Amino acid sequence: MTQVPPNPIPSTRIPLRDGDWPDPPASPETAPFVEAAREGRFLLRRCRACGKAHWYPRSLCPFCFGETAWEEASGDGTIYSCTVLAREEPPRTIAYVTLAEGPTMMTSVVDCDARDLAVGRPVRLVFARSRNGTPVPCFRPAGTDAPPGTGPAS
Amino acid sequence: MTINGRAHIVGAYEHPTRKAPDKSVAQLHAESAAGALADAGLTKDDVDGYFCAGDAPGLGPLAMADYMNLRLRHLDSTDIGGASYIAHVAHAAQAIAMGRCNVALITLAGRPRSAGHSGTAARPVIADAPDSPWETPFGPTTVNLYAMCARRHMHEFGTTPEQLAWIKVAASHHAQHNPHAMLRDVVSVEDVLASPMVADPLHRLDCCVVSDGGGALVVARPEIARSLKRPLVRVMGAGEAQKGQLGGEVDLTYSAARISGPAAFAEAGVAPADIQYASIYDSFTITVLMQLEDLGFCEKGQGGRFVADGNLIAGTGRLPFNTDGGGLCNNHPANRGGITKVIEAVRQLRGEAHPAVQVRDCALAVATGIGGLLGSRHGAATLVLGRE
Repeated sequence: MTQVPPNPIPSTRIPLRDGDWPDPPASPETAPFVEAAREGRFLLRRCRACGKAHWYPRSLCPFCFGETAWEEASGDGTIYSCTVLAREEPPRTIAYVTLAEGPTMMTSVVDCDARDLAVGRPVRLVFARSRNGTPVPCFRPAGTDAPPGTGPAS
Repeated sequence: MTINGRAHIVGAYEHPTRKAPDKSVAQLHAESAAGALADAGLTKDDVDGYFCAGDAPGLGPLAMADYMNLRLRHLDSTDIGGASYIAHVAHAAQAIAMGRCNVALITLAGRPRSAGHSGTAARPVIADAPDSPWETPFGPTTVNLYAMCARRHMHEFGTTPEQLAWIKVAASHHAQHNPHAMLRDVVSVEDVLASPMVADPLHRLDCCVVSDGGGALVVARPEIARSLKRPLVRVMGAGEAQKGQLGGEVDLTYSAARISGPAAFAEAGVAPADIQYASIYDSFTITVLMQLEDLGFCEKGQGGRFVADGNLIAGTGRLPFNTDGGGLCNNHPANRGGITKVIEAVRQLRGEAHPAVQVRDCALAVATGIGGLLGSRHGAATLVLGRE
């Protein structure tokens, strides 16, 4: 891979926005995820037939239509791509993060400076709440939150 | 079985309005339809097949068919976003080849400019869409999903903002000759880079315009086409495809045009190098770059080099594109640019483009589009058209 051009985004604080995210619509397929997330556990689904994890979580495996089951994920990932909506107030990001377990998910990188964002940057899961209190899986640059020894150095 | 040679585009019309606060969407559809039928030398009573997509008000094709008082025996409201109308031409050719209809009308219209709807606004939440619970909080608007594609392309291939800007520069060179174009000023690479950042790395001038308007096409069987007085534009090949997040194996470096493009070229029996003019859906500069690669005009990752230094400018560049100014400068009615791509390709093949941008002896053209959201779920449709 070639060198990434310097990020032209000026220093901009991206907040966690806890309690201020738009509410995700509820669905029978997502209820166990939300329930676990309220306890701080981050779940994904893996196929019992082909063994692959996928995102977003589905009852039938998107690779083989096999039956899938919830499992707890590490919460570790790296930024696959990201953009800063600098004109919004407060500024926010939208990102794809590739999880340590394999799948890449749409999310937001939060609680950071816009200049710290780069493709390949290690990030770690943090739940922020939507306006009605539903946990929203976001990420922050790894090493900025966790107790020593629990996250990769950044 | 093939559609090659089984149908012709006999009518094409681009509504001249760019802002229509005093017109209804249905009215813009009907005015566009009337324009395309007049262009063909046909009347609405000749129409027995009708095609439209999500911009048509009412349930599928039913409300507009009734508004125009059509008597149909073939209807199709396939919606793959802005690329729908490119797919509709192929579907119309298929229906004609099967004897399901003789004269197919395709319409698009909308007034997002008057209504204040643009790609930077949050899209309405469709609560039971399976992705909504997982994505709604993050506000995946059009521009930020395309921006993530551009960011990843830069990371993987070293594509630069300057190279993307050249696509806008080329479009602006063409738009200066189009009296209807919203943005007629020629811009430079520096102008694009100096415009405000909307979603990095996309600047305001990397984005298409928001305009009211519409367009319509008429597709007919060859015997009917030959009875009319217009130059013959033959449907030679078509392809369509879709791409999503691939179960989490997200790859933003290519589009579904990687499937639709080669399929269309194969059916037409031609290669990208044979193409004299290309209409390439230009919701954003990155959309053009991605499709140029995926259609095979250059290797994957070489799109930045391909578009640089004015290579898309008619008269001087290797591949003249969007000679009406495209969505980047001319118009993008209903926030859907597919039909205007086909219309300009028809103009080129008839020799009716503006003289300053007309490709000499243009006999082979492609129109290709991406509909929906390139960075999450999109459709692609490609059409190869030839002059007889």
